[in-house]
Amino acid sequence: MHYAELIQFVAFLGAILLLAKPFGLYMARIYEGESTALTPLLAPLEKGIYLFCRIDGAEMDWTRYAMALFILNGVMGASLFLLLLLQGGLPLNPNRVAGASWGMALNTAISFVTNTNWQSYAGETGVSYLTQMAGLAVHNFLSAASGMVVAIVLIRGLVRKNAHRLGNFWVDMTRTVLYILLPLSLVVALFLVSQGVLQNFGANKAVALLQPQTTSAGVIREQVIPMGPVASQEAIKELGTNGGGFFNANSAHPFENPTPLSNFVECLLILLIPASLTFTFGRLVRNPGQGRTLFYSMLFLLVVAAGVMYRAEIAGNPLVTKMGVVGPYLEGKEVRFGVGGSVLFGSLATATSCGAVNAMHDSLTPLGGLVPLVMMLLGEVVFGGVGVGLYTMLSFVVIAVFVAGLMIGRTPEYLGKKIEVREMWLAVGTVLTAGVLVLILVGAAVLLPSGLAGRANPGAHGLSEILYGFASAANNNGSAFAGLDATSLFYRLLTAAAILAGRYVPLLASLAMAGSLAAKKYSPPGLGTLPTDKVTFTLWLVVVIVIVGALTFFPALALGPVIEQLKMIS
Amino acid sequence: MKDLKSAMLFLLVSTLLLGGGYPLLTGAMASLLFPRQASGSILTDRENRCIGSALIGQPFAGHRYFHSRPSATGGHPYNALASGGSNLGPTNPAFLQQVANRIEAYRAAYLGVAVPADLMLASASGLDPHITPAAALAQVTEVAATRRMDKDALRRLVAFHVEDRQWGFLGEPRVNVLALNLDLDKLYP
Repeated sequence: MHYAELIQFVAFLGAILLLAKPFGLYMARIYEGESTALTPLLAPLEKGIYLFCRIDGAEMDWTRYAMALFILNGVMGASLFLLLLLQGGLPLNPNRVAGASWGMALNTAISFVTNTNWQSYAGETGVSYLTQMAGLAVHNFLSAASGMVVAIVLIRGLVRKNAHRLGNFWVDMTRTVLYILLPLSLVVALFLVSQGVLQNFGANKAVALLQPQTTSAGVIREQVIPMGPVASQEAIKELGTNGGGFFNANSAHPFENPTPLSNFVECLLILLIPASLTFTFGRLVRNPGQGRTLFYSMLFLLVVAAGVMYRAEIAGNPLVTKMGVVGPYLEGKEVRFGVGGSVLFGSLATATSCGAVNAMHDSLTPLGGLVPLVMMLLGEVVFGGVGVGLYTMLSFVVIAVFVAGLMIGRTPEYLGKKIEVREMWLAVGTVLTAGVLVLILVGAAVLLPSGLAGRANPGAHGLSEILYGFASAANNNGSAFAGLDATSLFYRLLTAAAILAGRYVPLLASLAMAGSLAAKKYSPPGLGTLPTDKVTFTLWLVVVIVIVGALTFFPALALGPVIEQLKMIS
Repeated sequence: MKDLKSAMLFLLVSTLLLGGGYPLLTGAMASLLFPRQASGSILTDRENRCIGSALIGQPFAGHRYFHSRPSATGGHPYNALASGGSNLGPTNPAFLQQVANRIEAYRAAYLGVAVPADLMLASASGLDPHITPAAALAQVTEVAATRRMDKDALRRLVAFHVEDRQWGFLGEPRVNVLALNLDLDKLYP
């Protein structure tokens, strides 16, 4: 039985190795303004958008670029906030969903603008079809694109010399959406429908239960089947590493993820852009080896993580096995995915900042749940969110180059650009923001009654729930140990604050780094330059990432999942 | 200020294209190519009444039907408007007590020695339409006795309903409980 799971993992690895390079090179063409097979079809639309939005295409320096990004994100957030408040009275609401409370609207607007998609509501009853389509889906596209263009600007900063202009924000956004996100989403959405994912605009449908159900509240004869435009949402939700589910159960819901094949494709979709962007990077810096360094260091961490998680979940819960139960540990998992399909999805969606779930992470074994937690706490650099993973990783590279430079007495340089005090500050700011937020907010939550009140499970697991919640928010992942009651105002406001700072501080620091690097002159590599496209550096990068993550969070992890694991097996 | 104007117009055109055009186009193509799936894989009986979705599980009790997995949906089990899992951690005493109660109830009702894990543990969605083949086979003796039918015939029916791994290696073998029970009613009323 374990052979099939092994084949599934290997097939996944093979598929991503096969797809990442060509797709990465395709994206490089898009960002270099070259034409592709889709150009004849989409170029008129692209030109139309520039004309309509008064976009002149002139290149911007990093401050103007950042300003444009912040203005767009601000307008997006405000419009989603209003849409959520007012959805009760707006059209396309056949199930008569009421307007959201301001706390929920604020948390959700912030969460979706930042590509986090932390959900403090249940999709079935909290959001109208109009909000799903015109609000959440649009944000899924634009927040993903916002992350990707920042990564591209940082790459341009590395490539350009003595320059200030780094590209036009509106052109980069338009091309990302039109040539990368939209065509792929359309194809995948249709594929998902073929597997059983919904795509309609009708009201929920009541069906008669085959056997009426007797509950404490009386006899229930009907089941109300939810409806809605799910597939279009689902495709971009995975592709853009957004992760916000149409339904409360997210990708565990049979209408979001009906078959093992849909599960495999959704997994591929989650990793596709983050993995491919490393090849885009290699192409744009005219040095494929540099991209491969990033790809393989990320892949190494991912394979280790998935392996540990799989071992833990296959071993299962001895406390349950002891009672005479036979079979895989399926609490919070679906039969069609089994342990293998759940681990594949769970490790990918937390290694990237997707945050979709096809199993309830709160019910994972302690070590199985530790893996997603660590993937987030490392700063979402094991591929990470679309674009975000790459620019955060490049900050780790800067730190790794600098530390290595100090150790071996070489000039810290990366791709011909000198790494100086300013770059170090910005890199450290990018890498440590989330960690600092997590430690402070978790500390506050475990000291305050309203923080402790949110736990669903007692003991060490309760600490894990709180830690997971803030790790997810600050790193813009969006998954949860969902027992944590995230609907209280305390958690809605604190997670919203963590999401905001966790998104925009690193983003701004990366744009500033792009500006600072672009202004530098090119210093050709000499004898004193540390080669950053060799295996040695790949390993060194992995070590730096693990040390930074482990040192920051070891005490918290020891008190949460590690203690619980020891308790479970003793 | 030029960027503010661009931002508003860009959001407007994005909303029309991505929030309107994209889902509507997907919907139109889906209803053309896959009308059954797009509208929820709804099952109907001979009088054309809706009797369930092939993808959404239903609750069953007693020995007339095969049982689905425990469900932790909001309100009551298999509430399709409140999907979700129990979110109980592996060492939570309340969770362990819950499992112990289920095991006790199972042992009182079924003869088999082994207790199938998926029948004791709640699914992630609370709407899991499937159980493992082992869990289906474990219920054969009791269902066959209630329906006064041959055990081997019922085993064959279960075997017929076992869906193998997709493409031979994706996911796990499984039995759709609602489909199996509907067939039971049809073939051995």
